[in-house]
Amino acid sequence: MAINWFKYSSPASFYPLAGRLTPWFFAAAAVLAVAGLYISFFVAPADAQQGEAYRIIFIHVPAAWMSMFIYVVMAIWAGVGLAFNTRLSSMFASALAPTGALMTFIALWTGSLWGKPMWGTWWVWDARLTSELILLFLYFGFMSLQAAIDDPRRADKAGAVIALVGVVNVPIIYFSVKWWNTLHQGASVSLTRSPTMAKTMLLGMLVMALAFWMYSIAVTLIRVRAIILERERNSDWVKALEERQP
Amino acid sequence: MNWASAADFFAMGGYGVYVWGSFGVTAACFALEIIVLRARQRAALRASGSGSREP
Repeated sequence: MAINWFKYSSPASFYPLAGRLTPWFFAAAAVLAVAGLYISFFVAPADAQQGEAYRIIFIHVPAAWMSMFIYVVMAIWAGVGLAFNTRLSSMFASALAPTGALMTFIALWTGSLWGKPMWGTWWVWDARLTSELILLFLYFGFMSLQAAIDDPRRADKAGAVIALVGVVNVPIIYFSVKWWNTLHQGASVSLTRSPTMAKTMLLGMLVMALAFWMYSIAVTLIRVRAIILERERNSDWVKALEERQP
Repeated sequence: MNWASAADFFAMGGYGVYVWGSFGVTAACFALEIIVLRARQRAALRASGSGSREP
């Protein structure tokens, strides 16, 4: 089966494709979220040490994973846009940033609500928490820099520089619990050894992570469609769009 | 089954404020993001083509 992928690198042909894909990703997110929440609250048992408060990790960990993953994907698209001058890649980078920032906020918020009963404090300046906060500021920096530059192509280039420089922060976040003596616990799930948690807890976390992933794709597709319209509002194909007709 | 009653479920073993504060705010964030995005998409559709409409 030969698919002409380059066809979809043009905003005009990607726009309707993204519109068709969005409901499927929302549906997948909804199904996974229902399954994930069911496992989180009704299948997974209470934690021996943390009681019921540990259930916060079912959103905290997926949000934290997505906050880092979205940043890397954003930096890659921004870099591709910078290197090859492809409009759609840069639009994707811009579309990912607000959702990445939201995931970072959720990771910090839920972490804080977990930290209060478990650590006795909402916040500590340890390496994991501080580097995650820097990630939030990197997202804000990327978005405000782009918003401050009127010419979209120049905004893309300036944003790409921030995104690419800031990517060094992602391994710092990931390895912070190893490199420094942090209050934040080490990874319970890693690629190199078997997880140190109950199977049902792990399953709930993975299903929720997939739900967050599908949700992120769905909202990014909506946002990239809006960005395409905003940037190409005067092109002939936009004027001919059926959904524009009253 | 983890919970003896609905009240037991909402109490979350005494951590209700923290657990529901986390799940509630997360759900609200997602709902808000979708609402804001839909509005942005509608605004972009309305604005499209308006720059050089034929007289």
